[in-house]
Amino acid sequence: MDAVNIFLAEKGIYMLTVILFFLGMFGMAVCGNYMKKLICMNIMQVAVIFFFLCLGEKDGGTIPVAMEGAAGADDYVNPLPHALMLTAIVVSLGTSGVGLALLMRIKEKFGSIEEEDIIEKEKGEEADEQHDYQ
Amino acid sequence: MSETMLSGLLLSAVLIPAAAGIIILAVGNHVHRNVREAVTLLAAFAMATCVFSLVPAVLVGREASLTVMEIADGLTLSFKADSAGMIFACIASSLWVITSFYSIGYMRGHGEKNQTGYFAAFAGCLCGAMGVCFAADLLTFFIFYEILTVSTYPLVVHYRDSKGKYSGRKYLIYTLVSGQLFFAGMVYVYATCGTLAFTPGGFVDFAGSDKMLTLGIFLLMVSAGAVKAGVMPLHSWLPAAMVAPTPVSALLHAVAVVKAGAFCVIRLVCYTFGPEVLRECMGAEVLLWLAGVTVILSSLIAIQKTNLKARLAFSTVGQLSYIVMGVCLLTPAGMTGAMYHMVAHAFLKITLFMCAGAIFVTAHKADITEMRGIGRRMPVTMAAFTAASLGIAGLPFLPGFLSKMTIMEGARQAGQPVFVLILVASALLSLAYLIPVSYIAFAGTKVREEYLAYGPGNRGEASKLMLIPLLAALALAFVMGFFPDFGAHFYTFAKAAASSVYGGGI
Amino acid sequence: MSNMIISNLPVLVVLLPLAGALFCPVISYFSRRAGRLTVIAFAGTSFVLSVVQLLRITDVGKISYHFGGWEPPFGIEFSLDSLSAVLLVLISGTGFVSTIYSLPFFRGKSRFRSFGYYSVLSLLICGLLGMTSTGDVFNLYVFLEITSLSGYALIAMGGDKGVLSSFRYLMIGTIGASFYLLGIAFIYGETGTLNMYDMSGLVGPVLSSGTTMVAMAFFVVGFGIKMALFPLHGWQPAAYTNAHPGAAPLIAGVMGKVPAYAMLRFFFYVFNANTQYVERFLVVVGIMSALGMIYGSLKAIRQTDFRSMLAYSSIAQIGYVGLGIAITGYYGLMGAVIHIIGHSMMKSCLFFCSGAIRYRYGETAMERFGQIYRKMPVTCAAIVIAALSMVGVPPLAGFFSKWYLALGAANMGEYIFIFVLVISSLLNAVYFFRLFENMFMNKNVADGSKGIGAYLAVKAEKKAERDSVPFKEMAATKEGYKGRLEIPPAMLFAVIVSALGIILAGLFNAQLVEILGPAIREVV
Repeated sequence: MDAVNIFLAEKGIYMLTVILFFLGMFGMAVCGNYMKKLICMNIMQVAVIFFFLCLGEKDGGTIPVAMEGAAGADDYVNPLPHALMLTAIVVSLGTSGVGLALLMRIKEKFGSIEEEDIIEKEKGEEADEQHDYQ
Repeated sequence: MSETMLSGLLLSAVLIPAAAGIIILAVGNHVHRNVREAVTLLAAFAMATCVFSLVPAVLVGREASLTVMEIADGLTLSFKADSAGMIFACIASSLWVITSFYSIGYMRGHGEKNQTGYFAAFAGCLCGAMGVCFAADLLTFFIFYEILTVSTYPLVVHYRDSKGKYSGRKYLIYTLVSGQLFFAGMVYVYATCGTLAFTPGGFVDFAGSDKMLTLGIFLLMVSAGAVKAGVMPLHSWLPAAMVAPTPVSALLHAVAVVKAGAFCVIRLVCYTFGPEVLRECMGAEVLLWLAGVTVILSSLIAIQKTNLKARLAFSTVGQLSYIVMGVCLLTPAGMTGAMYHMVAHAFLKITLFMCAGAIFVTAHKADITEMRGIGRRMPVTMAAFTAASLGIAGLPFLPGFLSKMTIMEGARQAGQPVFVLILVASALLSLAYLIPVSYIAFAGTKVREEYLAYGPGNRGEASKLMLIPLLAALALAFVMGFFPDFGAHFYTFAKAAASSVYGGGI
Repeated sequence: MSNMIISNLPVLVVLLPLAGALFCPVISYFSRRAGRLTVIAFAGTSFVLSVVQLLRITDVGKISYHFGGWEPPFGIEFSLDSLSAVLLVLISGTGFVSTIYSLPFFRGKSRFRSFGYYSVLSLLICGLLGMTSTGDVFNLYVFLEITSLSGYALIAMGGDKGVLSSFRYLMIGTIGASFYLLGIAFIYGETGTLNMYDMSGLVGPVLSSGTTMVAMAFFVVGFGIKMALFPLHGWQPAAYTNAHPGAAPLIAGVMGKVPAYAMLRFFFYVFNANTQYVERFLVVVGIMSALGMIYGSLKAIRQTDFRSMLAYSSIAQIGYVGLGIAITGYYGLMGAVIHIIGHSMMKSCLFFCSGAIRYRYGETAMERFGQIYRKMPVTCAAIVIAALSMVGVPPLAGFFSKWYLALGAANMGEYIFIFVLVISSLLNAVYFFRLFENMFMNKNVADGSKGIGAYLAVKAEKKAERDSVPFKEMAATKEGYKGRLEIPPAMLFAVIVSALGIILAGLFNAQLVEILGPAIREVV
C-alpha cells in the first residue's frame, strides 16, 4: 500500500495530467461533431498547461511574490512555468478563436458541423468545383 | 595559340549551342524562319570553327583545359580537350553543320510543325554533346550527359501523338534509370576515391575491396553508356525512337546521342576504371560478350525489318556494339579501332539516314517493299545509299574497313579470336540486310508503276537542301577512306588516345 | 542611426513583417492599395536587412541578440549563425515575392478581404522568421503557433474546401504543437533551462534518462506533424491543395521546411547527435523519411489535380530533408539544408505557376493543360525548370541537394538511402514528365505500336481524350484577365524570380556550402 501511496504522491499528479491529455486526444479522434472536437482540443491544451504548472510546484513553497519571512528561492514556487503558461493560454485562446471562426464558416457553407454530413456534401460538390476563392 | 585562347575556344564550343538554343526558343516564333535557321547555321559554323581550331594544339600534345567554377563542394566544372574528346567533338561539330542544312530541307519539305522547338532542342543536344566531349571529370560529364538526355526528349516526341508519347516514355525510362544508376555509382566512386577527374589509364582504386563490388559499381555506371549505345538487352528504346523525324534519327544515331553513349563507355573503361581494374574484376569481359552477342543478333533482326528506318536502327545497334567491343577488348589496337569506328560509323550512318529521309520526303516511302525501282526516280540518293552500305559493311577504301581491321587486330592482341569471327560474320550480315535495299531500288523487273514514269531526263530527285548535305557526308567518308588522317586527324587522335591509356604505341 | 540598425538587425528582420501586419489594416482604412503596398514595403525591407545580416555573419561569425538586455539563459535570445541567416534570407525573400505575387488576386476586392489577407500573410512571414532566429525553446513554440495560426487563416481563405481542410489542419496542428510543448516541459524539468545553447551544455548528463527520451520522442512527433513527415502527413495534401493561391507558394514552399530546420536544430545543436540515444531517434526519422519519399511520390503519380500532385510531392521532398538529418555527417546535414533551400524555391515556383494558370484560366486539372504553352510560354518554361530540378537534372538546385545527400550516405555507408533517393527521383520523373506530356502534346491518335505497354498507353490516352475537353480560354477571375502579358506583371515577376533562383541555387551551390560550412562543421 505504501508503494502505491508514494507513487501517487510523487507522480500521481503527472499521471492525471497525462490521462487528461490523452483523453482530449481520444475525444478529438472519435467525436463526430466538430464543436466537440474543438472542446476536446481545449481539454488537451489544458492538460499541457497543468503539466507545466505542476513542474513549478515545490514542497513548502509559496506564491512568487516578494514577502516577509520568505528568505530565499527555496521558499517560492518556480514562477517561470506560470509565466510561460500565461503565454500558452493566450496561444490556446487564439487557436480556439480561429477554430470557432472556421466552424462558423463551415456551418454557413455546409449547413452542418457533423463530420458525416460534411463528407457527404464534399463528395457531392466534387463534381462542380468552385473557382470562387476569397 | 595562347592558353587563354585555347580555354576560350573550349568554353565557346560548349556555350555557342546553348546560347543558340536559348535564342531560338526565345525569338524563334516571332521572327521569319530564315532568321531562325540562320541562327542555327551560324552557331553550327561557329562551333565547328572553335572545335577545329583546337585540333592543331591538341595534336602536338597540348591539352587545352579550363576550370569554369566550383560546381559542388570540392568539385569543379572543368573542361579539357584530349585526343579522345577531340575525335567526338570533331564528328559532332562537323556533322551538326551538315545536319542543319539537311534539317532545314527536310523540315520545310515535309511541312513539319513545332520547328522552333525542334531547332532549339537540336542545339541543346549539341551543347550536351560538346560538354560530354570536353568534360574533364565525371561530374561535369554527368551534368552534360543529363542535359543531352533531357534535350533529346522533345526531339523524340516531336510529333506529339500517342506513338511519339509512347516512344518518349520508353526513351525516358531507359535513359533516366540508367542515368540514376550512373549517379549512384559516381557517388560511391567519389566517396571512395576522393576524386572524379578523368585520368588516362583510370583512377579508380577500391583498395582491398571485393572484386564483386568493383564489378557491381562498374556495371551500375556503365549501364548509362550501354543504354545510349544500345547494347542489348538495353537497346529497345532506340528502334522505338524511330518515330521522330529523320534528321532527329540521324542525329540520334550518328551524331550525338548514341555516340555519347559509346563515348561514355570509353571514358569509363579507359579513363575512370582503367584496363587493369576491369581485367581483374571481369567487368570488361561481361560487356565484351554482351556487345558480341548484340553485333550478331541485331544484324539478324535487321534482316527481318521491312521499314527502312527500323532496319537502319538495328544496324546502328550492331555498329555501336563494335565500338563497345573494341574498347572492352582492353588492348591498344582495340581502342584505336573503336575510336576510329566512331568516326567511320558517324559519317556513313548519317548518309544512310539522310537517304532514308530524302526518300521519305520526296517519294513518301518508308517501307522497303514499296521501293522496287525507286532508283529510277532517285538515282543519286540511291547510289549514295549503296556506297554508304558498302562502307558500313567494311569495304576497303572506305573508313569502315580500317576501323574494323584495327578492332580485329585488337581482338588478336587480346587473344580472343572468336571476336574476329564475329566481326567477319557481322560484316557479311550487314551486306545481307543493306545490299537488298539497293538491289530492290535498282531492280530492272517488276518495277512499281509509279516509278516507271521516271527515267533519264525526268527525275524526281530529292531537293538540293537534302541532297547536297547527304553527298557531302558521303564525300567526307570517301576521302577519309583513302586518307584516314584527313581533316581532323582522326586516326592520329585515336592512336594518341590509345597510347595515352595503354602507354606506348600500338 | 546605421549603427543602431546594425546592432538591432536580428530583431528588425523579424519585427518588420509584424509591423507590416499591424499597420496594414490602419492604412487600408484610407486606401486599400496603400495597405497592400505597406506590407510589401515592410517585407521587402526585411528581406534587404536579412541579406545585410547574412553578409555581416559571414564577416564576423555568430550573432547573439539579447532582448531587453537580459543575459541568456535568463532572457530571451535570438541566436544567429550562418545556417539560420541563410534561411532567413530564403524565408524573407520568398515572403517578399509572395506578397507581390498576391497583388492581382485582390484587385477590386473588399477592404476587409484585402487587409485581412495581407496582414495574415505578413504575420506568417514574421512567424517563420522568428522560428528561424530564436535561440529559446519556448519562444520557438510561440513563433510556431503564430505561423500555424496565420497558416490556418490563409488556408481557410482558399474557399469552401479551404475552410474545411484548414479546420482539420488546425486539429492536427494543435496536437503537434501540444506534443512539442509537452516535450519542452519534460526537457525543462530535466535541465531547468529554456535557452538552447544553455540546454546543450546541461543535457549531456541526463541524455540517457527516460524523461529526455520521452521529450525527444515528443519533439519528433511534434515537428513531424508540422513538417508533414510520413506517416504524420494526413493534414497536408488537402491543406496545400486548397490554400489561397496567393499564399500557397509560401505555405507549401517554406512553412513545411522551417519545422524541419527546427528539428535539425534540436537534434544537432541541442542534443548531441553523436550519442547512441539520439541515433535511435535518427533511425526512426530515417525510416519515416524513406517511406515518405516512396509513398509521397507514388501518391503524386495518381493525382489529377496539379496542386494536389505538388502537395503529395512535398511529402516525398520533405523526406529528403529528413533523410539528410538521419544520415548525419557533414554532407548529410549539408544535403538536408541545401534541399530545404532548393526545394523551397522549386515548390514555390511550381505553386506560383499553378496559381498563375488558375488565375488566368481557372484550371487546375492537369489533363486540361493541353497546349497551354502556346498561351503562357514563360510560366511553362518556369514549370519545366522547376520540375526538372525536382527530378534532379543537373545543373539545377535539386540535383545538388541529391548529390550531397547521396555523398553523405556513401560516406556513412548507408547505401540503402542512395537507393531510396534514386527510386524517389525516378518516381518524380514519372509524374513530372506526365505533366509535360499534358502541357506540350495535343490530341492523341491511337496507333498500332506493339506490346502490352503500348496497348495500355493507347487505352489510357483514349480515356483521357474522352475526359478532356480542348483547352479554351475561360475567364476565371470575375472580370477576366485582359493584359498584354500572359499574366499580370506582379505574377510574372514572382514566376521568373523563383525560376531564376532555382538555376542560381544550382550553379552557385558551392558558395552556399561555403557559407553554411562553419555552422554545420560545428556539430559534426
